[in-house]
Amino acid sequence: MTAVPTSTRAPARATATRRPVAGRSSPRRFLLPLGGLAVVAVFLGPYVVMLLDALRASKDVLRTPATFWPSDWQFTTFNTVLSDTRFLNWLKTSVLVATTSTLIVILVAVPAAYFTARYKFPGRIPFLFLVLVTQMFSPTSLVVGLYRQFFELNLVNTYLSIILTNSAFNLAFAVWILHGFFSAIPDEVEEAAHLDGCGRLGTLWRIMLPLTRPGLVTAVIFTFIAAWNEYVVALTLMQDDAKKPLTVGINSYVTGYEQNWDQLFAAAIIAIVPVVILFAVIEKHLVGGLTAGSIK
Amino acid sequence: MSATSARSPAGSVGPVTARPTAPGSLGVADGSGPDDPWRRKRRPAHGHASWRVAALWLGPALLLIVGVVIYPAIALVRASFNEYSITGLRRGSAGWANYANVLQHDDLVTVLRNTIVWLVAVVTITVLISLALAQFLAKEFYGRRLVRWAIIVPWAASLVITARLFTLMYDYYHGILNTLLLNLNIVNEPVDFLGDDRWTMASMVAVGVFVSIPFTAYVFLAGLHAIPTDVYEAARVDGARPWQTYWRITLPLLRPAILVATVLNMIYVFNSFPIIYTLNERNPGFIHDTSITFAYKLAFKSAEKDVGMSAAAGVFNVLFILLIVVVYLRVVRPQEELR
Repeated sequence: MTAVPTSTRAPARATATRRPVAGRSSPRRFLLPLGGLAVVAVFLGPYVVMLLDALRASKDVLRTPATFWPSDWQFTTFNTVLSDTRFLNWLKTSVLVATTSTLIVILVAVPAAYFTARYKFPGRIPFLFLVLVTQMFSPTSLVVGLYRQFFELNLVNTYLSIILTNSAFNLAFAVWILHGFFSAIPDEVEEAAHLDGCGRLGTLWRIMLPLTRPGLVTAVIFTFIAAWNEYVVALTLMQDDAKKPLTVGINSYVTGYEQNWDQLFAAAIIAIVPVVILFAVIEKHLVGGLTAGSIK
Repeated sequence: MSATSARSPAGSVGPVTARPTAPGSLGVADGSGPDDPWRRKRRPAHGHASWRVAALWLGPALLLIVGVVIYPAIALVRASFNEYSITGLRRGSAGWANYANVLQHDDLVTVLRNTIVWLVAVVTITVLISLALAQFLAKEFYGRRLVRWAIIVPWAASLVITARLFTLMYDYYHGILNTLLLNLNIVNEPVDFLGDDRWTMASMVAVGVFVSIPFTAYVFLAGLHAIPTDVYEAARVDGARPWQTYWRITLPLLRPAILVATVLNMIYVFNSFPIIYTLNERNPGFIHDTSITFAYKLAFKSAEKDVGMSAAAGVFNVLFILLIVVVYLRVVRPQEELR
């Protein structure tokens, strides 16, 4: 749906851009955007259905047979959700947990990745293997262990418990990506900084970090998304409704007792939009970040 | 026990990535040797540092890993040898009984079969489609940016939401998918995607592939961008056909990206919880569960709420994914590529 303007404008722009491969036949100019449209339809289709379901009454969502377009448009649902204190609480938890976890991961991963990339010391390889192995552990398979631990520490139902979990399980990927970036920076850069009187921290902060921006961006995004979308641990540890994150909380819009599909989907869209915008903004860095960091 | 279970994979991953030398001796030996797996083609780690300084820089990371990954792993193993009441209070030691109960569980074979089907199907289909998609997205065409953004959406959306959305779209009565198939005359009567045993796994796999493609395609896209264009020029000058170019040049050069994406996907897909848990919610028992949802349901959703048995199943899960990744790495031997 969103792609319609693209296809109509396509020929005009296609003639304007010069194609590096000369002599290509013109059908490609139309076929490729058309293929793109099909891809957009497949990947956005379900979410368009979701949006249309958010814009009709819940009864209409459950009509048999299902219709694509709402029989009656209902635009009030977004307002209802945004003024629902339960929803605002869940949103607050999600924002708090995702940003704090991301911050912790970066603060912890940067020194570790930098140090292992630039210095030799006893225990370096074991540490890197430990990180590699952690990547294979998921909070889902350890959920009983996590529950037991936080239960013993009396941390069940606290923000701290899910913040720590999200930070710890996303650390490996961040260290992995950043390690690749720090290793790729030529020694000379750092030596020059040392000669100019920069200490280790100063070099890291003023010279190395700016050079690894694509890696940082990738690490931040991955951690943020993972924390924003985390489900199992929050489902298990957060019993207080006001402290649940969005992923867990919004499920209570549709339960055995109440069926507010419109509100569920409106809430879901509100939860998705910021992440998609974030993603779209850094999309270019993302390709660069994955390239230099993990592959090559 | 957990300490060894955490270390033994490191030992076995070691030879794959690092070649024969023992991991321990590698750390002490100078890291600039060819055996250091972490910086092939990269600058040597030049400075030396004592372990005291190292502890300062790595301390926080170690603390987090040991405190929130290793310790829960140990807690899991401890729990697997204990007996718990329904409310989660420890009743006493259970010995190996929890493990025996898991191994003797009536649905174990079904659950294992589901796990393998789920893992193999989702990862294989995802990788194949993503290869094609990345190839497509690497081409210059009008609206490419928009297509790339669209693919991001399933990645950015939470899995629970996507799973709930598909539960509704798949629905026998209210599902848009059935309306679509009926209108297009592809089927004559609605399909019960999530209730009919013949369809449930396939329906779940489709959603699994749908949400796994974005990440995978992006990794491949990054890999494609990293291939220098002069390689293609040379192939063109030599008169290679497009298919030959792809088979002989693109695919081999993409191998590292394929390896990384496959390993990460295996880990993510195996551990995937929300899709199976949500799409399968209406079905009783464990007929369509994978080992991950099986373990979870044992503790939190089944009639008996058996924490000890769930912990034992969790230990099996951790060992299972470690084993699968190690076997995969042994088969494809990525010494060269995977740093």
